[in-house]
Amino acid sequence: MKTRREFIKISTAGAGAAALGLHSLNVKGFDLFKNESIESVSDEDMTPYPTYCEVCFWKCAGWTYVDKKGKIRKIIGNKHDPHSNGRLCPRGTGGIGMYYDEDRLKYPLIRETKPDGSQYFRRATWDEALDKVAGKMKEIAEKYGPESFGLFNHGNPGAHFEHLMRAYGSESNAEPAFANCRGPRSVAYFSTFGAYIGSPENTDIRDTRCLVLIGSHIGENMHNSQVQEMSQAIDNGATIITVDPRLSTAASKSKYWLPIKPSTDIALLLAWIHVLIYEELYNKKFVEKYTFGFDQLKEHVKDMTPEWAYGITTIEPELIRRTAREMAGAAPHVVIHPGRHVVWYGDDTQRERAMAILTALLGAWGKRGSLYFSEGIHVPHYPQPEYPEPKWTWKDIHGDKYKLATMGITTEILKASVPKYGYKHQIKAWLVAGTNLPLSLPDKKLFKEAADAVEFIAVMDTMPMDITGYADVVLPEATYLERYDFLRAAPNRVPTIALRMPAAKPKYESKPGWWIAKQIGERLGLHDYFNYDDYSEVIDWQLKQLGTSLEEMKKIGVKEFPRESGPLYLGDDEDFEFNTSTGKIELYSLDLADNGFDPLPVYTPHPEPPEGFYRLIYGRAPMHTFSRTTNNPNLYDLMPENNVWVNPKIADLWGLKNGDEVWLKNQDGAVTNFPVKVRVTERIRWDSVYMVHGFGHNDKRLSRAYGKGASDELMITNIMIDPVMGGAGMRGNFITFLKEKPENKEEVES
Amino acid sequence: MRYAMAIDTAKCVGCGDCVVACQTENNVPHGYCRDWIVENVSGSYPNVQIELRSERCNHCDNAPCVRCCPTGSSHIAEGGIVLVTPEECIGCGACIESCPYDARYVHPDFGYVDKCTFCKHRVDKGQNPACVDVCPTHCLHFGDLDDPNSDVSKALKNRDWKVLAPEAGTKPQLYFLI
Repeated sequence: MKTRREFIKISTAGAGAAALGLHSLNVKGFDLFKNESIESVSDEDMTPYPTYCEVCFWKCAGWTYVDKKGKIRKIIGNKHDPHSNGRLCPRGTGGIGMYYDEDRLKYPLIRETKPDGSQYFRRATWDEALDKVAGKMKEIAEKYGPESFGLFNHGNPGAHFEHLMRAYGSESNAEPAFANCRGPRSVAYFSTFGAYIGSPENTDIRDTRCLVLIGSHIGENMHNSQVQEMSQAIDNGATIITVDPRLSTAASKSKYWLPIKPSTDIALLLAWIHVLIYEELYNKKFVEKYTFGFDQLKEHVKDMTPEWAYGITTIEPELIRRTAREMAGAAPHVVIHPGRHVVWYGDDTQRERAMAILTALLGAWGKRGSLYFSEGIHVPHYPQPEYPEPKWTWKDIHGDKYKLATMGITTEILKASVPKYGYKHQIKAWLVAGTNLPLSLPDKKLFKEAADAVEFIAVMDTMPMDITGYADVVLPEATYLERYDFLRAAPNRVPTIALRMPAAKPKYESKPGWWIAKQIGERLGLHDYFNYDDYSEVIDWQLKQLGTSLEEMKKIGVKEFPRESGPLYLGDDEDFEFNTSTGKIELYSLDLADNGFDPLPVYTPHPEPPEGFYRLIYGRAPMHTFSRTTNNPNLYDLMPENNVWVNPKIADLWGLKNGDEVWLKNQDGAVTNFPVKVRVTERIRWDSVYMVHGFGHNDKRLSRAYGKGASDELMITNIMIDPVMGGAGMRGNFITFLKEKPENKEEVES
Repeated sequence: MRYAMAIDTAKCVGCGDCVVACQTENNVPHGYCRDWIVENVSGSYPNVQIELRSERCNHCDNAPCVRCCPTGSSHIAEGGIVLVTPEECIGCGACIESCPYDARYVHPDFGYVDKCTFCKHRVDKGQNPACVDVCPTHCLHFGDLDDPNSDVSKALKNRDWKVLAPEAGTKPQLYFLI
């Protein structure tokens, strides 16, 4: 069926085609230093400009080094930054590739339709593109109200547009970062401790004596300071306990690896809780003073013995006991890591609750080597009028569902975009900023339905990501090395701010996100919300309120402020009121009970793979951030494609060898667009396969990443929704192998 | 003076930061590298182990690449650093064949052989090689073996270590802490 919104794969038609001539891949990916001396330039001959990284959400501060010719040569961590401690991760070091990538979006594009009905992108001027976006925003506001203009956002670029949308009168926004990532953690820890786990997480790994990782693969997720601290913990002789069906890098460095059967983590957690309580290993003083609902919990886990859990998790009872005792022995200096991407099986808030309860029983909260009290600095708002009050927001879109959600749920915004789902509040147009929706969201069918139903889509990105193929207007954003941005003020052990400033002029016709948002705002008569010519004025004003200045920050990049909220840890026997309804840590959650959910975590069995199918587990590689870095020439070099990990027993059964190419098919008949190479490895269980997320791009404008590896999202068609907060559980999908290219396979748009 | 490096396999996560940092520091062309990551998996599920390590030129005391170089381009500089003088290299590739560590490549734009220099331009100024200074896990230790207080000497003092391909008799100066 031909849809109104034809996915545009080509860059432009006719004159002014966007694609530059491309050289052969992988060799001399780009010509930055060609025909020049390969002599290294000494640091003294370069000028460093402060920045903080935008390759992932950790936002490490560093210095962009520019040589005398004005060329960006390298990016080095800022020694005074608690996120990087002077050492960027491979993505931060390779962030230079984001700037030099010759596939970047170069100028604004507008979708046009030919007389024969086919669609293409026309190169446009900024005025045309901005007029078009602003015009549509006016039209939507008049026809349906500004609330009907939705926003999908992520990171800094998204935040400029959040500001624009709020000034315009819409709070109909959602980020994949909530319902597709860490939402269950936020809700679970808030309902237990009355406090959120921030970003960066307030885990005191540096000083811990026992680090417990439940499916969290630090070292493969390259959350910089955490990786650094895990290394320090190894030096300090801390015990690491890793629960993972796969021998992750972290598992390989652990004293105990629990190779759990996937989807059974809650049973293990409940058995640990059982051991702590019934062997009386829990921190009695802490539990008595600070917690609520211990008796109910004790009764609840009475029969949840390690022997009970053995039958479910396949972890030996003795190993469950030994690891529980190890944690108790190290308590309170234990980090039960809350994880980050935790939308797995639809009961994720409950699993996170079990982790929070375990934390409380160990007294491993507010103590050295457990979870500390982080503190961020409040950056004053640049003077502007109050935002208008929207008639309805993302909350109203959810209606009575997912009452504990603290942010908009992507799936709900998508459904509200399709009239047939009958949502009371309808979304009619989208702005998408800094998130590649087709490769970030499961359920491609719903995404395409929604993209087809809305009247208008504008996308801002630095790269021709798959989402731009759905756009009516594409706005090319300058990379983080070419722009001013918000001050970074993330919470940490000590409050800091970090400056991002341009080290070079924006390449091509790309423009900073703040500029694009402002230009649209001006066209909508919202000048008072954008009362500056350059974003550096905003930053300078804010810095002056904080007792520093842009001038000083340009020299230091990162500035530390004294803590004001008190010490990092809870004192012995210190009275403390938790921000929950009982003022205590709620082992038994009244908040969940009031909303009709289980007040204590319950283990529910989940479907298992049918014969010949294997559970799809996905994760991260240290050199890539989701799908956004796979075309970066430096990072592509480190890992050009993903592969599918298969246990040797299963590989034997299928006659698969290392490097063989297969197509994957899931339980609903979805097939990958591209073949993926098999990696036969003992590191994975026989009932599961593993893939690194972010590959299998289906857009030829990404000249390196196109067709490399396979996309795990295409295999995720079964979504297990978390009733508590709307999280989209994605680990209930099973795949099998196709050794031949499937016949009549139409190329599915990613 | 004897420069050497110790790589702590207990801490290396194989992230490849050393590879990118070398690339940007030394203008290594894309598709090539002077250092790289090796992952060794042993055992069978669930009794599996992995060793991850960052590798590069071993700056051998008894370097076959130096012995076999017909022009004298490959040579040993101060502190035992094995270097190539580009102007003297004819790109014959004998050194590449002789190296048991596969640490050399022919530069695609210039035709001479390129390899790890221990970032001599930095080391001469008292800095560490770029890979050492970037490593998020602090698993790389560099310095002078003749100085007991150097980072590398201290790292080797209290730990077991191994070298790669000892049977080749090259007397390599990369030590892998195990």
